[in-house]
Amino acid sequence: MERTIDKNADRTVDRTMDTIRKNKIKKVVYWGIAFVLAVFWLLVSSLPFVFMVMNSFKEKFEMLVSGVFSLPAALNLNNYKEVLIGNFGSYFLNSVIVLAVSLILLLFIAACASYPLARFRFKLAAPIYALIVACMSIPIHITLIPVFKMSQSAGLYDSIWALIGPYVAFGIPISVFILTSFMQQIPREIEESAEIDGCNKFQMFFQMILPLSKSGLATLAIYNGVNMWNEFSFAYTLTQSSENRTLPLAVWEFQGQYSMNTPMIMAVLTLSLLPMIIMFILFQDKLVKGMTAGAVKG
Amino acid sequence: MNEKNISILVQRQRSTRRAATIFLAPVAILMMVYIFYPIISTFITSTYKWNGISAAKEMTGLENWITLIKDTSFWIAFKNNLVIMVLSIVIQIPLGLALATFLDFGKKKLTIFKVIWFIPLLMSSVAIGFLFTYALATNGGMISTISKFFGGGNIDLLGNPKTALLTVIAIICWQFTPFYMVYFMAAFTNIPYDVFEAARIDGATRGQYFWRIALPLLVPSMKSAAILSMVGSLKYFDLIYVMTGGGPGTSTELMATYMYKQSFKTFNMGYGSAVAGGMFILITMVALITMKLLNGKKQEV
Repeated sequence: MERTIDKNADRTVDRTMDTIRKNKIKKVVYWGIAFVLAVFWLLVSSLPFVFMVMNSFKEKFEMLVSGVFSLPAALNLNNYKEVLIGNFGSYFLNSVIVLAVSLILLLFIAACASYPLARFRFKLAAPIYALIVACMSIPIHITLIPVFKMSQSAGLYDSIWALIGPYVAFGIPISVFILTSFMQQIPREIEESAEIDGCNKFQMFFQMILPLSKSGLATLAIYNGVNMWNEFSFAYTLTQSSENRTLPLAVWEFQGQYSMNTPMIMAVLTLSLLPMIIMFILFQDKLVKGMTAGAVKG
Repeated sequence: MNEKNISILVQRQRSTRRAATIFLAPVAILMMVYIFYPIISTFITSTYKWNGISAAKEMTGLENWITLIKDTSFWIAFKNNLVIMVLSIVIQIPLGLALATFLDFGKKKLTIFKVIWFIPLLMSSVAIGFLFTYALATNGGMISTISKFFGGGNIDLLGNPKTALLTVIAIICWQFTPFYMVYFMAAFTNIPYDVFEAARIDGATRGQYFWRIALPLLVPSMKSAAILSMVGSLKYFDLIYVMTGGGPGTSTELMATYMYKQSFKTFNMGYGSAVAGGMFILITMVALITMKLLNGKKQEV
């Protein structure tokens, strides 16, 4: 009798040892498969960039002769020099100006609108908020023709100033959406104590709410900044001459000029990606957080 | 006493309203000028025959809209948009979730994966379009070179009407999967650590934790990711305009590229406006239907 119990106990011990071992093997196998797939996706994500950077150092015909995957014969910077001597700088500067002006305007205007929507009690607050937020899904293409006509009649067509209005306007819905929910989280007591001290609504906004919303504004600056920096449709429609175009169109213009010279195009692409890479290295976590700001539960 | 209180209340309400008006005025003006007026104007222009330049505008009533309804190119474009929408959701969201899960399991050790996986999202769609036009070139592109290495011939992915749309979708997924990856990583960190701890104490393995606990908790995030992806896919323009211009034939034509070509290439601004209007109506309808479906399900649970 005792023996059978012993045997059974042995067997269960064996069995548990077995399952532990099996689980361990399973775990290793699963990790192995996951790791192989992860490395595969790593290759898929990085290969185009390797292609781009490697070929940007090649001579025009070197790529045709030695193939796309060969290392460049020498670290040849001629392509970069030629691109930088051309008007790459002017595209870059245009982008910076448009970005700076639009972003400051957008953040200020959106903060102004979010303040009453988040903190005041008035009947129209909810419908106004709903109307603004509903505009998030509007395709810009429905506004393209009228905005094009307006810019023409206002004499803004083919200048970087034509871009600021649409960039600010199309950044408003998401910005108001995020800032309003951000400002709602600021404790009411702050406002009440300021009110007792005799602050009016405007002082309150500039002295309390705006400084307290700094981190929300930073997130929005990144989210909208990335979108504006990469924007194509308005920039392409509202500007025409190459000295008035922004960075996304630089690639377009160079492509027309050097379409057969692949290494040159790769140099332009590498240069246009560089500012974003630098930003990414400097502010990695902030940038990642900012770029997904649009994905808050709707 | 009571009357005085009421008058103070009324006064306060009035001052609140005045302040609200001032704060909301800039947004109201900008949105009216750049969003609401253009939408109305587009619908008005859609009833004209107009080339966008000459003063001669001919009122044609609903003619453009009737043409639009009969225009197979437009419906092909809409169908392509829907294909992109469905495949984007089906590919990007599970893939993004898988990558996020991998990173979440590995914690800090795998940061290098995260960094490299993220890079495609930093590039503008236009730049990605050009990069892949060259990378996928029939002669001396990446894919052709790999195919030759294995003994195959040149492969023309973008020039072939059968493969062009799928290729473009693959590139879109390449670009936006990192977005859903970081999105789900944030969703993972939003699950309280207690939940994970409790599951471990109860003897759940990591796999069990993921399938039985984390995944159900992520369903709302997946829903909003799907809505985002959906609205984005229906508005898609840059990458395809740069890479294929809608071609070959109409195989990668989208509503937005079709609208752009009608308005700014062939200068049929009247008809282009009708296309834009149709696009607006279709997107609004699809968005409303999906939101209703998703919210309806939420109530059942």
